[in-house]
Amino acid sequence: MSILITPETKILVQGITGDFGGRHAKLSLDYGTQVVAGVTPGKGGLFFEHGAHKVPIFNSVADAVAATGATVSVVFVPPPFAADAILEGVDAGLDLVVAITEGIPIKDMIRVKRVIAGKKTRLVGPNCPGLVTPGTGKDSSGGCRIGIAPGYIHKKGHVGVVSRSGTLTYEAVFQLTSRNIGQTTSVGIGGDPVNGTSHLDVIKLFNEDPDTHGIILIGEIGGNAEVEAARWIKANCQKPVAGFIAGATAPAGRRMGHAGAIVGGAEDTAAAKIAVFQECGIEVAATPSDMADALIRAAKAKGVTLS
Amino acid sequence: MNIHEYQAKALFEKFGVPVPKGVAAKSPLEFEAALAQLPDAPVVVKSQIHAGGRGKGTFTDGFKGGVKFAKTKTDALDYANKMFGNTLVTAQTGAAGRKVQTVYFTQASDIKKEYYLAILLDRASSRPVIVASTEGGVEIEKVAHDTPEKIFKIVIDPAYGLADFQIRDLIARLGFAGNEAKNAAKLIRSLYACYWETDAAMIEVNPLITTPTGEVLALDAKVSFDSNALYRHPEIIALRDLNEEDPKEIEASKYALSYIALDGNIACLVNGAGLAMSTMDIIQHFGGSPANFLDVGGGASKDQVVAAFKIILGDPNVKGILVNIFGGIMDCNVIATGIVEAVKEVGLKLPLVVRLEGNNVAAGKATLANSGLTIVSGDTMADAAQKIVKLVA
Repeated sequence: MSILITPETKILVQGITGDFGGRHAKLSLDYGTQVVAGVTPGKGGLFFEHGAHKVPIFNSVADAVAATGATVSVVFVPPPFAADAILEGVDAGLDLVVAITEGIPIKDMIRVKRVIAGKKTRLVGPNCPGLVTPGTGKDSSGGCRIGIAPGYIHKKGHVGVVSRSGTLTYEAVFQLTSRNIGQTTSVGIGGDPVNGTSHLDVIKLFNEDPDTHGIILIGEIGGNAEVEAARWIKANCQKPVAGFIAGATAPAGRRMGHAGAIVGGAEDTAAAKIAVFQECGIEVAATPSDMADALIRAAKAKGVTLS
Repeated sequence: MNIHEYQAKALFEKFGVPVPKGVAAKSPLEFEAALAQLPDAPVVVKSQIHAGGRGKGTFTDGFKGGVKFAKTKTDALDYANKMFGNTLVTAQTGAAGRKVQTVYFTQASDIKKEYYLAILLDRASSRPVIVASTEGGVEIEKVAHDTPEKIFKIVIDPAYGLADFQIRDLIARLGFAGNEAKNAAKLIRSLYACYWETDAAMIEVNPLITTPTGEVLALDAKVSFDSNALYRHPEIIALRDLNEEDPKEIEASKYALSYIALDGNIACLVNGAGLAMSTMDIIQHFGGSPANFLDVGGGASKDQVVAAFKIILGDPNVKGILVNIFGGIMDCNVIATGIVEAVKEVGLKLPLVVRLEGNNVAAGKATLANSGLTIVSGDTMADAAQKIVKLVA
């Protein structure tokens, strides 16, 4: 199994006619993902064509869901319209909305998060690379790729990866695959201070998934989401967990690319988070090159087989 | 995006937040006219830079205090002339300090008591939070550490906004009564409107003061805005002061590069914010010192790489460069070609270590190897970091 998505998951793409959304819709189709619909207001009735694929485009998410049975949406629309696009997916009753868009105003996300509280739809992102559940084909094709991550670096297997950062997720996945260790699902939750799904939410899902044998938790400076996840792991998770925190050298008060990556107080520094990881039994990767090896150490200590 | 105190106070007034009367001057020629607009002395003379700790700061010529109390307007003029064009070093500016290019004269207030008031995002609840304290005019971090019971927090439900009962609660906890309570309520309501309607990231008033006559005033004002929301606030963008920003960071933003200068001597060029941060970390882990944070984004086109190299080389401290690219979707060979062209274009003389990984990486590494340039290849991040640290040492 996997978490959140499977190779059978039907997805729709909001913003499929834009450059960015279109490019990644094609890569997902090449990966073997069930991209069943596109949504661009005003372009309903047209088709998004790629090789042998002919994906119908709808004016609204509700129309697309009614016609295709899509249960997951990926949002590529530009920042001024992204909050609206997310809410449209929630209103249509989707299981999951994955917002890739970078640069959504924080106030918009504060309001979105308030509106979706208690609704059935889960939001991942925004400003995230998305999710990949690898398949069994060549270069892990045949899986479900939602967003902008490179699919081919994955390999189907038993490790869950969760991170705020796209390229750090790829780094971890690549290290695992290079060591012949596959993944159940890799999840990028995004670098914004207000996001839908937290580290802890994903950790809980990995913990419940019997196919996930070990977890890599990648965090960064700013906020307390990693600390919250670590404390829960200490109390509830028996699986081996490796952790890495980026931003040890970041000066206080400077935003490091991600809006959320900013040190505000003594408790959201890399050193403070690493100390909590250690206290909670998480095997800390000393450098980003050490992420997969740290998980291997943690698994060995618990007598768990990762591959 | 940050703005100056005098700009923040003008914004406050627009939203009905009371502030002491003040006039800003951007040239010594304006000082006398500015002072003439204020009622009689005493006057407070305030250096306008985007950094805190001004009062305790020292100018590079030895003059002490970026904020001065002047008993007479003659004294005020003297202080202003000493501050203007001078470089102020505070706990937040770094050793280089900031050049004062605007001086703000405000009417001195009769202070009864000082408080602290801020509005910002509470990340844990994803909602705005008002943080207030009866201990104002001091470092709030110290208050939070030593006397946490003197800090009050009100989390605001964005579905309704700041409710009156929450304001009453806060005012009671801060100990306001009578006229003060009425004025404080109005101020808090107005300040929240200012925060919400301008897409502010943070508003900090330290101190907020009461006067013997029952007035409640924002004596200082620090405001920053959510840069993602600037597109819908042209009036806020107009407040940007490029003098306060690192010219290299301004140049970088023109090429969609995210660059932040640091104190070290190993420059890095990376795709992705998380990877860029951890590249800095790994340089330090192996005994080096990063000169910057630089995220070229997902693409890393040749133009971006050229621009990035030029910006990096504009820092005289840089003794070597580490390029770390995980080409997930991008073809590594395209990136390698861009790096080679960029190195040729800028005539790079410093040691350069490149770590490429991902899509079509073999061709990319071959391009680097056959370029005729002395580019050292790193296999992993750790390998690359160790190599550049050694080359620079």
